[in-house]
Amino acid sequence: MPPQQDQLNDRVRTEQERINEKIGTNEGIGWNGESVREMLETAENQYEETGHCYGIEELQLKNETPIEYEKIFSQLRGGLVNARETALNISASPIVKEIGELSFMLYTPEGDSVALSTGIIVHVHTTSDAIKWMIRHDYEDNPGIEPGDIFCNNDPHIGDVHNTDVQTIVPVFWEGELIAWAAGVTHEVDIGASSPGGDPVGPTSRYDDGFDIPAMKIGENDRLNADYEKRAEMGVRTPELWKLDERCRLAGCHMVRDAVHSLIEEEGVDTYKQFVREVIEDGRRDFKQRIKELTVPGRYQAPTFTDVPLEGEQGLPKRSANNDMMHAPLEVEIESDGSFELDFDGSDAQGEHVFNCTPSALQGAIWVLLTQTIIPNDKINDGAYYATETSAPDGAWCNPDTVRAATADAWHFLRPSLSGMIRSLSRSFNARGYVEEMASSYGDTANYFQGEGTDMFGQPFATLNFELSSQGFGARGFTDGFDAAYAMWNPEADLGEVEVWELLEPALYLGRTLKPNSAGMGKYRGGSAFESVRMAWGTDELYLQNNGNALAFNSPGMFGGYPSSTGYIHNVRDTDMEERIENRDKYPVRDGTPEDSQMFDLVEGEDRQFEERGTSLLEEYDERDLYLSVNRGGAGLGDPLERSVELIEEDLNEEHVQQKYAERVYGTHVKEVGDGEYEVDPEKTASKRDRIREQRGEEAIPVDEWLEQRREDVVEGNFIPVVKKTYNESLELSDEWDDHFRSFWDLPADFTFEMED
Amino acid sequence: MPEYSKERIESLIDGTIPFDDAKDMMSAYKDSDRFDKYREILQERAAWDDTILLPLTDHLYVVNNGNDRVTKCDCGHEFGDYRDNWKHEALINVRDSRQDLQEIYPKAMHSDPEWMVLREYFCPGCKTQLEVEAVPPGYPIVFDFRPYIDDFYEDWLGRKAPDKQ
Repeated sequence: MPPQQDQLNDRVRTEQERINEKIGTNEGIGWNGESVREMLETAENQYEETGHCYGIEELQLKNETPIEYEKIFSQLRGGLVNARETALNISASPIVKEIGELSFMLYTPEGDSVALSTGIIVHVHTTSDAIKWMIRHDYEDNPGIEPGDIFCNNDPHIGDVHNTDVQTIVPVFWEGELIAWAAGVTHEVDIGASSPGGDPVGPTSRYDDGFDIPAMKIGENDRLNADYEKRAEMGVRTPELWKLDERCRLAGCHMVRDAVHSLIEEEGVDTYKQFVREVIEDGRRDFKQRIKELTVPGRYQAPTFTDVPLEGEQGLPKRSANNDMMHAPLEVEIESDGSFELDFDGSDAQGEHVFNCTPSALQGAIWVLLTQTIIPNDKINDGAYYATETSAPDGAWCNPDTVRAATADAWHFLRPSLSGMIRSLSRSFNARGYVEEMASSYGDTANYFQGEGTDMFGQPFATLNFELSSQGFGARGFTDGFDAAYAMWNPEADLGEVEVWELLEPALYLGRTLKPNSAGMGKYRGGSAFESVRMAWGTDELYLQNNGNALAFNSPGMFGGYPSSTGYIHNVRDTDMEERIENRDKYPVRDGTPEDSQMFDLVEGEDRQFEERGTSLLEEYDERDLYLSVNRGGAGLGDPLERSVELIEEDLNEEHVQQKYAERVYGTHVKEVGDGEYEVDPEKTASKRDRIREQRGEEAIPVDEWLEQRREDVVEGNFIPVVKKTYNESLELSDEWDDHFRSFWDLPADFTFEMED
Repeated sequence: MPEYSKERIESLIDGTIPFDDAKDMMSAYKDSDRFDKYREILQERAAWDDTILLPLTDHLYVVNNGNDRVTKCDCGHEFGDYRDNWKHEALINVRDSRQDLQEIYPKAMHSDPEWMVLREYFCPGCKTQLEVEAVPPGYPIVFDFRPYIDDFYEDWLGRKAPDKQ
């Protein structure tokens, strides 16, 4: 017996022996001698023929032994959560250990998810895609699926959001049959892309996206292959963090495997087999039921846009150094049978940038949001996936027609594109009276500290600072959004400790504070964003990027509330910080707003970078240069003129909004009563609001009149090239959207915008 | 299954509910009679007698005005058939210059108006700002929500809509 097998537990060793007995026979590793591929094909046929997962008409186990059914689910769920809470201590990456950016999942042999832990619940379905891909590509024959094997995937074209989410997948056997798959995901600090970090801006094709592990077998006998480990070590900028994250995922998968074995010993394999299928059908029915309980059938439209301002950007190939704009024309259709369809018809084309996303990634983003809205209390698994439909045109940014498309920062488009789903669901929650569930939208995640160089210990480093997972949340139906505390696409909701980030990144925090005017205004305002001022410190070499919307709002409000503010770039190089520190002079601990800016007022620099765009490639910083992370607030809800004077006073005194904007937008009469203390006069405010309403009536015009005026702009193409390019791509990719656009403006059948050379 | 008092639902609508109470409502199973209580409260508060079939926003409702199902503002203004986009019957103001956007946002914290504009839609009756769209210039008007009223009542609630009973 090879020495490494001594490390296997008895159960896995026994299973290896059983599988070895099948060699040379026609028996597959699936149930009752079938291959796993046959099992998958059977399950797909059963669903197509009956509309029920695995053709299950009756939930026998649930109906006959409901307590046992719930107990089994709790045991499995407990095993998954236990694996997560234990395994994260193996990691050293603050993203995983501090923020908790990991999760563990359990799948059927066919690759349908049964249950998952807390954490990045994005991956309820993405890993399912990866497992099914391996099955469809006959991995059972080559490279083989055996007890003790370890598989890994991070390829979004196979099943993932972006390649920095790395999946470890372990097959679980029982008495010679593949009984389950255990899987774990962590988000890596760096993925070895052409620019550093876990959401790199630099790649322009798949070949720049970084370290690619397209569903590979990376270990046997519960051990990682040494050649794979060497390859990974040389493939990323943070090999030590990578290695520990890998062990964290593997340890968690083995804990999940143990939990499954214990459960089968307790309940018997037949009950387990029956349970895992019933619970998925149960999840499907649950989802439809929840749709009927919470929403209203109908058609909802909620488009969102994001700017990509890379025209003329140095360091990009000519095909990529262009402006682009994401068009996500999301339409949600809820039918009376409880079906839930998300249609991205009309999306613009995939781009020569890193923000494209695959259909699997889209599923990941949809699920993380649905688990916080429609199914927060119920059994979350692939049953819910079967209850929904998603479509997007071939060649769109969310359905690239080539694996060449770069996707390493897919989240940049995914986050805003699905805020429309939240607004649509909120309209239905309002219609049903479930006002407590409403949210106008959520703040996008930007602008985060991400880059590489040498750290204060003289060692090479790379980072993606995950304070980004706490943004301003959208206004609620009954109150304001949370301030800098939540990122709905990433619900760990933790900024991490400043001191931990300072240990890993050669830049001190001069300040981390709430940012005035970052929240969307409304009867209820969005949550305010925070901003961080960082000063390069102890480094010989530091390169950082900027990334975030700035030329387009991407978190719209609802019911008359305004979008949250956009961001901008404000960094200062060759500064006088050394002198200021020596003289104990004031220095910036925040920016505030560009109109009232500490970064302008309290630091001088030879090279001040102030740009209205929010995205740039890597740029160099030296010792004591300043970098500003401008994060995003949540959108508003309701007419701002209906905001209570008490809340406006709080906003002013807690610096969520500056006086002149409170006066103009909230229509308040404000008086300063002390140093930075404000009072709002209710009576004068009421009169002022009446005047603003009158003004609205005088200045606004009937929509039909406005349409008549504006049609000429469309006919003559009086828009900047990036707008016309986006429209042309949408018109070309979708006949339906082409009809919609042309009929709206009464345009000829062959209409497209003429583009300048 | 929880049940909540009418007062509790009213405090939710009015935004006076303590956050912890709202949080409890978020964490609990949903009360199946919510829609009926909610509609009853809104009907009582309405300044007109038309039957509310479904709330669309915090100010707009689909009602039956005795002849037709229309979109109606709580001020009494009617926008026509609810199956058509009410925005076509609204007033509009478009913020398509830096100056206009900087009435709402500080410099550099708003869209570039050549990339994206804000369209504010007002009720012609009470001048309430009902919706704000953030779209590139030239974008078709967005039809936010077109409910299937009879499907909702008959297939989900198991009864005819109030105007068909």
